[in-house]
Amino acid sequence: MPYRIQLMVCGGTDCVANRSLEFRDALQKELEKRSLTEEIQVVTTGCNGFCGVGPVMVVEPEGVFYQRLTPKDVPVLVEEHLVKGKPVKKLMYVPAGTKEPIPLMKDIPFFSRQTLIALRNRGAIDPEKIDDYLARDGYTALKKALTQMTAEEILAEVKRAGLRGRGGAGFPAAAKWEAVRAAQGEPKYLVCNGMDRSLLETDPHSVIEGMAIGARAMGASLGFIYIRNEYPLAAKRIHTAIEQARQLGFLGSNILGTGFAFDLSVSQGAGAFIAGEATAVVQVVEGKVAEPRVRPPHLTENGLWGKPTCLSNIETWANVPPIISRGASWFTQFGSEKSKGTKIFSLVGKIKHTGQVELPLGVSLREIVYGVGGGIPDDKPLKAVQIGGTTGGLIPSQLIDTPVDYESLAQVGSILGSGTVVVMDEDACMVDVARSCIAFAQDESCGKCTPCREGTKLMLDILTRITEGHGTVEDLESLETIATIVHETSACGLGTTAANPVLTTLRHFREEYLRHVEAHKCPAHACRQLNTYFIDPEICAQRGHGCGVCRRECPEKAIIGEKNQPHRIDGSLCSKCGTCLDVCHFHAVKVE
Amino acid sequence: MQMETIDKIIQQHQAQGSELVAILQDVQNELSYLPQDALRHISRAVGVPLSRAYSLATFYRAFSLKPKGRHPIGVCLGNACQVKGAGKVLERFERQLGIKCGCTTEDLNFGLEATRCVGYCGLAPVVTVGRDLHSKVSINKVGPILKQYGKEAVAAKE
Repeated sequence: MPYRIQLMVCGGTDCVANRSLEFRDALQKELEKRSLTEEIQVVTTGCNGFCGVGPVMVVEPEGVFYQRLTPKDVPVLVEEHLVKGKPVKKLMYVPAGTKEPIPLMKDIPFFSRQTLIALRNRGAIDPEKIDDYLARDGYTALKKALTQMTAEEILAEVKRAGLRGRGGAGFPAAAKWEAVRAAQGEPKYLVCNGMDRSLLETDPHSVIEGMAIGARAMGASLGFIYIRNEYPLAAKRIHTAIEQARQLGFLGSNILGTGFAFDLSVSQGAGAFIAGEATAVVQVVEGKVAEPRVRPPHLTENGLWGKPTCLSNIETWANVPPIISRGASWFTQFGSEKSKGTKIFSLVGKIKHTGQVELPLGVSLREIVYGVGGGIPDDKPLKAVQIGGTTGGLIPSQLIDTPVDYESLAQVGSILGSGTVVVMDEDACMVDVARSCIAFAQDESCGKCTPCREGTKLMLDILTRITEGHGTVEDLESLETIATIVHETSACGLGTTAANPVLTTLRHFREEYLRHVEAHKCPAHACRQLNTYFIDPEICAQRGHGCGVCRRECPEKAIIGEKNQPHRIDGSLCSKCGTCLDVCHFHAVKVE
Repeated sequence: MQMETIDKIIQQHQAQGSELVAILQDVQNELSYLPQDALRHISRAVGVPLSRAYSLATFYRAFSLKPKGRHPIGVCLGNACQVKGAGKVLERFERQLGIKCGCTTEDLNFGLEATRCVGYCGLAPVVTVGRDLHSKVSINKVGPILKQYGKEAVAAKE
């Protein structure tokens, strides 16, 4: 039965963490109390994307967007908007620096600047209901592929679309498909690398449909979806979706009555970042330690259990159904010369609009940070952007107009990778960021090949030394040499990209390194061992009246002072932990 | 009794070698660690060398050869969290629990670990306690979080 109004409440992880489900339950109760459930339906959707202002809800069909909702807002929302038809202004999005709210989702720049292909059903469906997916033309691409197209035609369409792997290297999908199709050996396998949870949480069927179409083109009969063990919700949703697809005949031994057979199975990881590397995923699915294999032979000839295997990431698979249903010429209108289509980015760090967005490839970093992202909180100056995840390079603010596609990012020493965009303002120290990235790579290195195993450890030692004030100018030279060796000689993608943060910061922020090794100072005050903390006696006494919070909180008992009197820090006891700076309400603690 | 639990898990996975990771995961969840006897028993039951079970148990982060705290705390030190002050949050946990990162409290109530990007960067800094996710954790939230689980654990004992 059609409903007069649908309330799309975001059930994405971020909104749930902000208690969106409590809001939803309160909303449902209120509707029941007022006997409105016949005409108004509450739908729990996957991530809406605008995570920074969650919990969010969209009122359909009008498309009114509400943000930062709590159960307390329910009575007024129901009474004013749903009963009287007067949208509630105070719960709407208001752009920074203005007072006028923007009622409709489609008019909010965060949404209007996006192009949704992979995320086409985002926020519009309940990811646990296959009927919602079907109502949005779900599985029509599979039907078209199975009933109106030959395997060669499917392949040709994907090739014309120029679809490239969204995981990292950007290898053309069609070339991989052709290789698997032509390879000797049966059965052939498909693998979906599920390092990213968002699509599985918002629209799991699009991944299933994409894989089924790929299976038809390549002649594969079985597929595996690998999911990190950190993502239980994604695992639950994909299990549910696979079961539903089987029941309706979109998976199984006789798909849509065409006699075509394909089925999916889920493999859950056990906590290893390296397991996202292509050959390591295959090891995980085989139940082994996630150590990457040496290539060649490529997975397309010698993959899972030695059989031809096509491995692509979630986003790549989710792009397949729209390419088949709407055609390659539609798809190629988005993106840049060599990078067609869109990419999902996750905006995090010092950015106003944290969340998830889908934008055409070739978009400038400036548009990502200042357009969709809304800029930096408190309008602080941008220092650097790290794109592609922890092994991505750091791009300095002067290169903010770099187009974001595979080739341009490679030129500035970064990668498209996971699509994570970490925005950093002047509070971030580039040496410290490089250290933390290398600490990650060192921790996650599987240890199989020497350059990555030893090189990341050596780099970490040097960087730690520098951030603790014991670095020398010669260290910078060693660092550069080791980073270059690790980059050039490691066996897999983790190692070859691990040095990106070091190489790019050395290139673009050399001054900052020099300050650390020559003056033993950290200009951003992030390397705490290089800081000197002191209390401004005037501010402490006059504004804070010697409140004593820092004295009580100091773990070293290094702060001395009486109530109403200015306090001071005993430098010989201070461990430079920075607690006093964080707890002082009056900004009396200073650092230099 | 422990072995019965393990046998049940092995049965659920049809004692298949390819299911080894999944079996170890279930046992880890049940016992909070993988005791030596359990590893021997499992490898025999599914017919793989003990060395393979051991290599998995020491490779993956989800596995532990020593008992973990009832409430394993993971402070994410991924980049997005670090930029938002996760390092200080970890220090605060260390100080309040009186243990170093990577250790377990004497009463086995809390374990403290640094995790690397758990994938909830929009909620940074993120702290996981068991299956619970705590978002935007500042140093002031550390005390209340510990209290929440300290209390629960006491209630469970009673």
